[in-house]
Amino acid sequence: MAKPTFDTPELKPYQEVPDIPHIEPGAMAHSRPFMAKPEHNESIGYPGELVDNWQEAGVKRLGELVEGSKALRVFLDTCVKCGACTDKCHYFLGTADPKNMPVARQDLLRSVYRRYYTFAGKYFPKLVGAKDFDKEVLDDWYNYFHQCSQCRRCSVFCPYGIDTAEISMAAREVMDSIGVGQKYCNEILGKVHVVGNNLGLPEPALKDTLEGLEEDVEEDTGIPIRFPLDEKGADILLITPSADFFAEPHIDGLIGYAKVFHQAGASWTLSSYASEAANFSMFIGSGANLKKTAQRIRDAAEELGVKRIIVGECGHAWRVAYSFWNTLVGPFDFLDPKYPAPMHIVEYTYDLIQRGVLKLDKEANDHRRITFHDSCNVARASRMGNMPGGQFILPREVLKACANNFYDMPPDTIHEKTFCCGGGGGLLTDDLMELRVKGAMPRMQALKQVVDEYEVNTLVAICAICKTQFAKTLPYYEYPMSMITSLHEVVGDAIQLGSND
Amino acid sequence: MTLSVVYAIFFYAATLFLLVGLARKIAIYARTPAPLKIPTTPAPITKAGVVWRMTKEVTVFRSLFFSNKWIWLFGWMFHVALALVLARHLRYFTEPVWGWVTLIQPFGKYAAFAMIAGLAGLWARRFLVDRVRYITNLSDHLILALLMAIALSGLSIKYLSHTDIVDIKAYVMGLMYFDLQPLPADGFVLLHFSLVIALMIVFPISKLLHAPGLFFSPTRVQVDNPREVRHTAGWTAE
Ligand code: HEM
Ligand code: SF4
Ligand code: SF4
Repeated sequence: MAKPTFDTPELKPYQEVPDIPHIEPGAMAHSRPFMAKPEHNESIGYPGELVDNWQEAGVKRLGELVEGSKALRVFLDTCVKCGACTDKCHYFLGTADPKNMPVARQDLLRSVYRRYYTFAGKYFPKLVGAKDFDKEVLDDWYNYFHQCSQCRRCSVFCPYGIDTAEISMAAREVMDSIGVGQKYCNEILGKVHVVGNNLGLPEPALKDTLEGLEEDVEEDTGIPIRFPLDEKGADILLITPSADFFAEPHIDGLIGYAKVFHQAGASWTLSSYASEAANFSMFIGSGANLKKTAQRIRDAAEELGVKRIIVGECGHAWRVAYSFWNTLVGPFDFLDPKYPAPMHIVEYTYDLIQRGVLKLDKEANDHRRITFHDSCNVARASRMGNMPGGQFILPREVLKACANNFYDMPPDTIHEKTFCCGGGGGLLTDDLMELRVKGAMPRMQALKQVVDEYEVNTLVAICAICKTQFAKTLPYYEYPMSMITSLHEVVGDAIQLGSND
Repeated sequence: MTLSVVYAIFFYAATLFLLVGLARKIAIYARTPAPLKIPTTPAPITKAGVVWRMTKEVTVFRSLFFSNKWIWLFGWMFHVALALVLARHLRYFTEPVWGWVTLIQPFGKYAAFAMIAGLAGLWARRFLVDRVRYITNLSDHLILALLMAIALSGLSIKYLSHTDIVDIKAYVMGLMYFDLQPLPADGFVLLHFSLVIALMIVFPISKLLHAPGLFFSPTRVQVDNPREVRHTAGWTAE
């Protein structure tokens, strides 16, 4: 790895009213992810390179998007520039670049929208800050709409709920539509369409991996725990991020799910055709790709004849599954109506614990002093259970049922006010390392508080992106990479295997 | 009498512009589809819950309160005062004056000062806080200036010019019933009226659209029930 050419922010003692940096214009103007190659763009239905009439085409696409989205319409009109959101974005707090203030990020797009689509912007551009869609603006768009993890924290604090994530999705769609794509997202999406998962892991490799896992786990526990693939007639289809098949700490979460299913005596399967929960189409605001990617999962469920679909630990994937699947590829009337479709693995485990199906030994986790990171898309864009805020309660209840030492981070940094890990929204790529490290600062600061006060040594998350991001950024802040742990690893370690046999 | 006619024409034109402009915008907001469910969660899981959420947003600016206490303080003071002042103005449009309008007259008198204080606080932030200064456009200053000038000219009619408000009311009622009365030719009255006409024109083409816009913001008004009820609209309904 190349040496970092930036300084990791210094962590200050946690304070209730945080220090807000003074703005430093241009501080992150150099941050820019690699651009997609023509074949990446074309594989997901976009022009390969910047089209000749890009200004005209981009403005036109923007108009179409606004016409088709109540959110964009309202958000572009109603912002009063009150400034309430300006200190709420982790990227602003970590970089001090004013264009990372949510309202300023919106204004990059709003100024173009105004110029071409509003009376004031057409005739008095200076007055309302309207701007032509020129090369300079396009560059700013590319740089700063790839400094938004679409975490929605700004939306919580805005008096009108203006969600900058919606704006940056639209901006990325406009850019894609004129041939300006981001390599990381577009390359990955291409793989999903062809192979079925982000990693590009084909069926034989996946089969090998799962068989190897079965052997390892049996060696470890002495119990034959299965990792079934493509088993027709299984009750449950598990859709999980492909990172779970592959790397620490994700894979320990997958082992945890398998132990839960084993203990519950459930009949379940993975699918090689739909071996990916992630759906990066959301990050690039592409409706067509969003639907196409989700359709694989419905097709797999029908093909395998399952009765329910359960989704593994992944933040944006849970948003897409919970909030969008029914709309995009529903209705799921072929599934068993007794269960919510889809269901989150945490909902499933929580329910088993409530019913006393899982025998848990909390002491098995006594070496862990745990805190929980609410992932943005779970916290602010979805739900678990049957009451608002269940997405905060269920994972904590599961953790407390599995471990004795649990400590929450400060209240302004959890639940719906949670700080993004710094790597969401399609930014989890090495070419954005500086942004990722600086954007992680507010979360690291909150973590420091519980490390200092309660000697917390375990940071639990339920999102593949969060896990990867923390594994990479914790060391920058001088915490061990091993702190980041899958929720279902904690569950798996507490399960008294064989106790039901 | 020419003044009366000129102002009458402007008032009618501005009223038409305001009403048609607002109706058009509201129709557009209502018509534009929301293809996906995007409430900012935790969100209410019933319609009644959403009504309660919005009631808190509109009456006490709940989100803003948890977001920034200074903006909340000045912003809320300004809006409540504005509402009181507007309600107080109803006495110019009703004969006999409605009971509740008479009741609030004493509060309304102080509201103008609260409104000015609130506006001053919001305006000061645009100079003093570097983040807010960065996001401020000329139009943001002008709208504050306009509202401030309306409030100040209004107060001047009351405290400096001693124009008989009976004459003003006669003129306004005359406008309403298309029975034109002479307009008191006082500088402050003319200024106040001109500024209000300007506000009516600016309203439907500026950020003042936040007032109707709030009620259409999908992140706030959508019910969180995507698993229970299949939602489709726009491209997801095709
Ligand atoms: C449904 C009614 C309304 C609601 C819920 C509402 C709410 C809000 C909120 C939450 C803010 C942000 C905080 C602040 O800066 O005060 C705001 C700003 C503002 N509102 Fe309203 N408002 C309403 C109607 C109006 C009306 C009728 C006007 C004027 C004619 C108005 C003028 C303004 C102005 C000028 C600002 C920006 C203040 C600044 O520049 O900092 N509002 N409004
Ligand atoms: S909080 Fe909302 S209205 Fe205020 S500046 Fe930010 S986006 Fe605009
Ligand atoms: S969505 Fe998150 S990352 Fe994007 S501007 Fe808002 S707070 Fe920042």
